[in-house]
Amino acid sequence: MLKYIFKRILMLIPVLIGVSIIVFLIMRVFSPDPAPIVLGQHATQTAVEVWRQANGLNDPIFLQYYHFITGALTGDLGTSFYTKMPVLKEIFSRFPATIELAVVAIMLASIFGILIGVVSAVKKNSIFDNAGMLLALVGVSMPIFWLGILLIIFFSGTLHWLPSSGRINPMLQPGSVTGFYLIDSLIAGNMDAFGDALRHLVLPASALAMYSMAIIARMTRSSMLETLQQDYIRTARAKGVSEGRVIRKHALRNGLIPIVTVIGLQLGSLLGGAVLTETVFSWPGIGSYTVACILKSDFPVVQGVVLLIAFVFVLVNLLVDVIYAFLDPRIKYSKKEG
Amino acid sequence: MNEVLMKVQDLSKHFTIETDWFGKPVSVLKAVDEVSFTIDKGEAFGLVGESGCGKTTLGKILVNLYSPSNGKIIFEGKELTGLNEKQRRSYCKDIQMIFQDPFASLNPRMTIGDIIAEPIIINHLLPTSEVEERVIYLLNCVGLARHQRNRYPHEFSGGQRQRVGIARALAVEPKLIVCDEPVSALDVSIQAQVLNLLDDLKAEFGLTYLFIAHGLNVVKHISDRVGVMYLGKLMEIAPKRELYANPLHPYTQALLSAIPIINPEKKKERIILKGDVPSPINPPAGCRFCSRCFKELDHCKLNSPVLKEISPDHWVACHLFD
Repeated sequence: MLKYIFKRILMLIPVLIGVSIIVFLIMRVFSPDPAPIVLGQHATQTAVEVWRQANGLNDPIFLQYYHFITGALTGDLGTSFYTKMPVLKEIFSRFPATIELAVVAIMLASIFGILIGVVSAVKKNSIFDNAGMLLALVGVSMPIFWLGILLIIFFSGTLHWLPSSGRINPMLQPGSVTGFYLIDSLIAGNMDAFGDALRHLVLPASALAMYSMAIIARMTRSSMLETLQQDYIRTARAKGVSEGRVIRKHALRNGLIPIVTVIGLQLGSLLGGAVLTETVFSWPGIGSYTVACILKSDFPVVQGVVLLIAFVFVLVNLLVDVIYAFLDPRIKYSKKEG
Repeated sequence: MNEVLMKVQDLSKHFTIETDWFGKPVSVLKAVDEVSFTIDKGEAFGLVGESGCGKTTLGKILVNLYSPSNGKIIFEGKELTGLNEKQRRSYCKDIQMIFQDPFASLNPRMTIGDIIAEPIIINHLLPTSEVEERVIYLLNCVGLARHQRNRYPHEFSGGQRQRVGIARALAVEPKLIVCDEPVSALDVSIQAQVLNLLDDLKAEFGLTYLFIAHGLNVVKHISDRVGVMYLGKLMEIAPKRELYANPLHPYTQALLSAIPIINPEKKKERIILKGDVPSPINPPAGCRFCSRCFKELDHCKLNSPVLKEISPDHWVACHLFD
């Protein structure tokens, strides 16, 4: 198993090199020249040339890539054109916000998605099934930003129950240990801050969870329908196993593999930053930041963020593959067992 | 006279295939149609018939995987068919089933030890501390070793898996085991091993079997009495020797003639039945077998023959013996 994980991590290297080349080329081919954006529209030609020279943009593209990749290998992703801050620092100041939102959203999505999927499969073609699948259809069809706006109008605007933007009331901000406000506030023992951070999370996490929940619910339903047909389910019933236990212990556990796959993929894409949701809720995460940087042609930041997202995505997939081995004893990654 | 363990009376299972707009059934599949027989304590009752004749459905009704549409099941003097779901489940323990396909009928996520232990635990048969000992004992009974307890089903061969299926059925100390073609998915060389194991276990635990098979040769090995089914109806019931020596029903005669003989010198009259098995959705009126029978009488098409005792313990449903 360890050998397998090690091999998979080694395989990360070509993936990251490929991603870095693609993002590097795309930024330079399709993005507008950053110099006029940084220096302003009325900058003189000489000033632009000086700036380009200083930032290495006049070098041949191979040389530019070489500088970028050697820097990246030593942990230096360059500095932002605008803030002059190291890219890594920029990213890591925003990444915890995205992780916090993504993890809470995927937890909500998994709990409700699996619940709806299981009920739909067990009570197939009933009113519960139809209602659950209608909700799933709404979930996959409704644009997240629109759902986000509706949630804000209703829960923030009309009812005044929940805050509509930001991560926390600045007055309550806990000391930064992990960057996750929920954890930081607990460490500080500041329950007011914890509650406030939680209240800020509810709306964006719900909006974000809706789509993933719908996907998970659909996958759970079809996977459960398939496993419920298996002979070993009949065996369990013949043993005298109660229906609840048949569903939980025999059917759901066997149907879990495709469900875990979907959850992994969803988590991977949520960690890449939920651009629309973060924008609608002014969530200071990686997604909205990246979009801003793309619009400003901030090459080093975009390159760094994309590399990081690719890295996280591959890691989450590796994690899913490792979980498979625990879920299904037939899956073994070492050669020994054959 | 032997003690009767289970008496089945006019048992039917009808599946509705199609309903009209008002939910009234339009076409109904009569998988099992008014079947009656008894199983004595300690015997092995064989049940044979072609694919789709309803023998597996019958077995599933007996172990409560289906509820019957009609008729009675009387087990040890108690009528099971009138019980509610909870009361009925308490009898699951007494009637167990061994399934046909050992590759599909074991949960791939559970170790074989857990598969065997589960029915003991959920039926609260033993204190938790003694369950493990019992699992090992059962494994030994079916010829598996203690060290195999924590392996998963995919690590076993077909014959070994069927042994696990048997141990699982034995775990709750059932009185009756419905064996649903337990060897038909196995290699011929393994079939004999599993049949012998079933025979040994029957003597050791004092079990009663309902042994379902689609060929008479497998049933011959293990059964005391044999019932022949065709399209959801029982055609003939007789003690094994009597049935093989003196088959009365034309269908039984055809089935017996289909058993291959190993001696190539010996020529055998084979009875080739005309046509296919009719659909059980719209079975022929009168005798179910009349469309393929080679001894068909005029009134066979009109009314259905009833099961009658022709000679002691030999029952047949055929107008030839009216």
